[in-house]
Amino acid sequence: MRCRVCRKPAVIDVRRHNAGFCPDCFFDHCRHQVERAIADHAMIATGERVLVAVSGGKDSLALWDLLLELGHRADGLYIGLGIEGYSEPSGEYARSFAARRGVHLVEVDLPSDYGFDVRSGAAASRRAPCSACGLSKRHIFDRATLEGGYDVVATGHNLDDEAAVLLGNVLRWDLAYLARQRPVLPGGEGFPRKVKPLVRLGERETAAYCVLRGIDYQVEECPMAVGNKHLGYKDALNAIEERSPGTKATFYVGFLERASELVAHVGEHEREGLHPCPGCGAPTTAPSCAFCRLVARAGDQRRQRIPLDQPVSAS
Amino acid sequence: MGGVKVLLRNPKREVDVPGPVAVVALLDQLGYRREGVLVIVDGTLVTGDATIAEGSTVEVRPVVSGGAG
Repeated sequence: MRCRVCRKPAVIDVRRHNAGFCPDCFFDHCRHQVERAIADHAMIATGERVLVAVSGGKDSLALWDLLLELGHRADGLYIGLGIEGYSEPSGEYARSFAARRGVHLVEVDLPSDYGFDVRSGAAASRRAPCSACGLSKRHIFDRATLEGGYDVVATGHNLDDEAAVLLGNVLRWDLAYLARQRPVLPGGEGFPRKVKPLVRLGERETAAYCVLRGIDYQVEECPMAVGNKHLGYKDALNAIEERSPGTKATFYVGFLERASELVAHVGEHEREGLHPCPGCGAPTTAPSCAFCRLVARAGDQRRQRIPLDQPVSAS
Repeated sequence: MGGVKVLLRNPKREVDVPGPVAVVALLDQLGYRREGVLVIVDGTLVTGDATIAEGSTVEVRPVVSGGAG
C-alpha cells in the first residue's frame, strides 16, 4: 500500500478514508483533523491556556502532543487513581512525556489527597468502579482548571469513545445525556469549558500516532474497565465497521449535524436549581455535590484501612 | 528461523504461528478485528495488506480502551 498523499510506502491504513499514509503524511492528517475539530466547534481561541487531562494512555498523550504541535499553550493534569499495578506505570508515562517535551504536569493523587482510591470509592458509594472514577475525574478536572487559571480543559475522547457513548445513549433513549453529548461543553458559574479535540480521530489513529511519534504509553487495559458496557458497545460498532468502513463516523457526525440540536433543550431546567456546594463550591442541585458525598463516605472508610501517613502512590 | 513469534496483550503472552503469513490472515487466525488492533512487525507499523516474513517478531497491539477517555 502506498501513501495517498506522497506515494511513499504506507505504514498505516485508515479504512474509513480508504487511504494509507506514510508517517509524515499521517502526522499531517492527525494535525489537520484536530485543527478542524477545534475550528468547527470553536473549542480553543488563540492564546488561551489549556489544561489537558492526561491518563498516560494513547489518547491523552496524543492529544497533548498534537495541541503542542499546533502551537497551543497546554499543560497536563494527571490524576493518580490508586489502581494497583496500573496507576503507577500510567503516571510514569505522563511524567516521561512531560519531561521529554519540557512541559508542565499538574498532579493530583486520589489516595493521598482525598483518602480513597477507585476501588474503595466504588465500594463505599455503591457505584460501579468506572462511575466512581468518572465522577472523581470530572470534579478534579473542573477544580484544577479553575484554580490553575486555565481557560479550558481538554480531554482525549476520540471518535470511537463518542460513537460508543452515543450508541449507549440511543439504546436507552437517554435524551438528557444526548443533549450533553457535544464536542464542546460551554463553561459556566463554577465549571470550565470542556473540549474534545480528538472527535475526528479514531482510537486506532491515536495509537498509531503515538507509535510513530515514539510516545510511550500505557498499553494495558485498566483492570477496572474489563467487561464494562462501553467496551461492549465498541465491539458491536467495530463489528459493523469491519463490514462497512465509515459507519462509526457517519453515526457520530450525523448525530452532531442532524439530531443534536433537536435534543439540546432537554435538561436545561436542571441548571436553574444549581447552587454552590457548601463543601467545595462546585455547582450542584443537591445539598452537597456528588463528589463531596463520595469523599464523605469513601474517604473515611479508606482511612480506617490505610493510614494516610503510609503513601500508597509515588506521586 | 521457524515461524513468526507473536506478542499479544491483555494479558501479555506469546504465540508462534507458521510463516510467512499475511496480516489479515494472522488476525483472522487469532480472532482479532483489524479495527481493534495495530500490527507492529520488528518494531515497524505495517498496513493490513502486508505479509509477515518467517523469523519476524510481531506485536498485535490492542487499541480499544474501556474508559470513555
